Amino acid sequence: MRKSGLRTFRGGVHPEDGKALSAARALTPMEPGELLFYSLSQHIGAPARPTVAKGDHVLRGQKIAEAGGFVSAPVHASVSGTVKEIKKMRMPAGNTADCIVVENDGAMRETAFEPADYTQLSGKEILERISDAGVTGMGGAGFPTHVKLSPKEPEKIDYILINGAECEPYLTSDYRRMLENPEMVAEGLKILLHIFPGARGVICVEDNKKDCAAALEKALKGCGNIRIQLLKTKYPQGAERMLIYAVTGRKINSSMLPADVGCIVDNVETAAAVYRAVALGEPVMDRTMTVSGDGAAKPGNYIVPTGMLFREVLEKAGGAKGEPEKMIAGGPMMGNALFSLEVPVTKTSSALLLFGKDPVSEQTPSACINCGRCMEACPGQILPARLAVFADHGDEEKFLKYHGMECCECGCCSFVCPAKRQLSQSIKSMRRLLLAKKKKG
Amino acid sequence: MEKLLHVSSSPHIRSRVKTSSIMFLVILALLPAACVGIWVFGPYAAAVLAVSVASAVMTEYIYEMLMRRPVTIKDGSAVVTGLLLGMNLPVSVPLWMPVIGSVFAVLVVKQLFGGLGQNFMNPALAGRCFLLISFSARMTDFSVSSQTAARIVDTVSGATPLAELKAGGSADLLSMFLGNTRGTIGETSALALLIGGIFLAVMGVIRLWIPLLYLGSFSAFVLIFGDHGFDLPFLAAELLGGGLMLGAWFMATDYVTSPITRRGRIVYGILLGIMTGLFRFFGGSAEGVSYAIIFCNLLVPLIERLTLPGGFGCGKKKGGKNA
Repeated sequence: MRKSGLRTFRGGVHPEDGKALSAARALTPMEPGELLFYSLSQHIGAPARPTVAKGDHVLRGQKIAEAGGFVSAPVHASVSGTVKEIKKMRMPAGNTADCIVVENDGAMRETAFEPADYTQLSGKEILERISDAGVTGMGGAGFPTHVKLSPKEPEKIDYILINGAECEPYLTSDYRRMLENPEMVAEGLKILLHIFPGARGVICVEDNKKDCAAALEKALKGCGNIRIQLLKTKYPQGAERMLIYAVTGRKINSSMLPADVGCIVDNVETAAAVYRAVALGEPVMDRTMTVSGDGAAKPGNYIVPTGMLFREVLEKAGGAKGEPEKMIAGGPMMGNALFSLEVPVTKTSSALLLFGKDPVSEQTPSACINCGRCMEACPGQILPARLAVFADHGDEEKFLKYHGMECCECGCCSFVCPAKRQLSQSIKSMRRLLLAKKKKG
Repeated sequence: MEKLLHVSSSPHIRSRVKTSSIMFLVILALLPAACVGIWVFGPYAAAVLAVSVASAVMTEYIYEMLMRRPVTIKDGSAVVTGLLLGMNLPVSVPLWMPVIGSVFAVLVVKQLFGGLGQNFMNPALAGRCFLLISFSARMTDFSVSSQTAARIVDTVSGATPLAELKAGGSADLLSMFLGNTRGTIGETSALALLIGGIFLAVMGVIRLWIPLLYLGSFSAFVLIFGDHGFDLPFLAAELLGGGLMLGAWFMATDYVTSPITRRGRIVYGILLGIMTGLFRFFGGSAEGVSYAIIFCNLLVPLIERLTLPGGFGCGKKKGGKNA
């Protein structure tokens, strides 16, 4: 599928991208509020363990929770202040997690950050700095980055891909990051390549962001082992498996890791975090976020301290327009609908979208007409229409036989379905059930 | 916050395409051929089409009312079934025949099996075949009265071009292409059907695989087993004649009764061509499209099972059983 010269994958959809709402708005730092809530589970893996107690005074950048295992990441305060309590809170995804509540003293006193020249560091030292800084995948999954960077056979890694596809509609924060701080992304990638000297670096950008490609090109001058790859603009171009295939032609299934085909994929924002962690010694204390949608009074892109409540983010971003029916943490294709804005920003919060109308609730699913649009759109090359039926019937055997676990939950099937069936939703539930079962053993 | 937010699982946006918009496009695509039918066979043809559509919709409405199910006539599928059935009838039929055909198609073939999406054969074709078996004399009476159809370039007999061809006669290719010849109301004009079919392909309603492979494999069959050698005019007449164009573009591409898998569609298209050839050249009748499609409809579950996609990246390594 490389007809037009632009690389891509088979399947996918072209939703209205809505990026024009916020694309021109520069990244603006946001002032934190009075109380900040630091979740101990901002990443995939074991929750972090608090290293502070009620009443302790903390500094900005101080580690307030340490990694709870190898697949885990520490948490750092984004303000200075006093620890008020540790309590269970609702998270953007709807689950609950323990959060350290810090009262902001407004002084913004910082710990000393120790810059370093990464060229003088060994791979192991770099990994330590990354893991100490609590860097996790900031594209959405939140996989601890140091784990990703410690594959079983490091010598087999020959590609480091920086994911700048940003294929989700409405999201423009990665776009702004690449445009405004291309050197951060480039330096981050160079640091990663320092860990894997045998690998080539590729920054992958959809062809609707040619200006980013140009900015990155400038920042990369003189780097022989890094190139920029333009990809066809199509959702889900930024899905890890699709990205790897588009760039390298290698395919991995759901039970494989990118490292199995010699690839490591990190998001643009993660690369920037790697740069800040290794070169500047700064832990992850903020992230880029897009506030957009037709229900946002002033769509824009912000640098938001972690631990802020979504409600504060919305207030400081200009508030809502009218009374939005739906609010989403993340993009409209894979994000989570919020029932309350009293949830904290985590390292994986990429956007807050507000919509005046919720088109989904106005549609009633009707009978499947077997049109095959879901099959054509499915990047996982499975049969969503059939799998959804098996899922609804609880038929695990058939579900597995039809490769239901290959679903990447991108939502393309539900998007295209003319009968407005909840295909992705059914398949997702079944997958979660089976994954949980597998975990139990 | 006074007003509660809507919460649902992602994705939170949907494409604009709806079942009813697809059906509307299919109806639109059938109109050129239907209009040629009315122009060629006269106003009575319009009455046949209208009765057929109306009775199909009424059947669905009454059944769903009686069964206290949600009424689905707005999705347009009953209109499509009625229209296709009407276009598959000769103009000589009495008006009670489209009624019986529509009732059979919608009630027995579609609704009794669970409604839209559940029928295992194309309802319109099943209706036609039902009528063909029950009232074979009336269904194969392609005679036209002088008031209804003045536009047909009449040849000697009252037979369709395909029947004449089978009997050893010759055919007028141009009128077969344009449509001023004998046949069922909607099948005579290959040109109008092609326009409709290409329209559907351009609008993304159908993929070209099934119709092109159908026509392609049928052509191959004609050249090999047609007993005429490499006779292109004969091939053209076979392609233009009978229900082939209507079948290939509008019936074989019916979503519900064709395979959902990519490779399945390829197998299905090729199989259709072969079956049509078998029925036309080795069967009793000059026609074969309806039976070929119905027959292949029955094979669809099997084809689908044999052509399951393997899943992205499941090919060589682990898990890929069907690659």
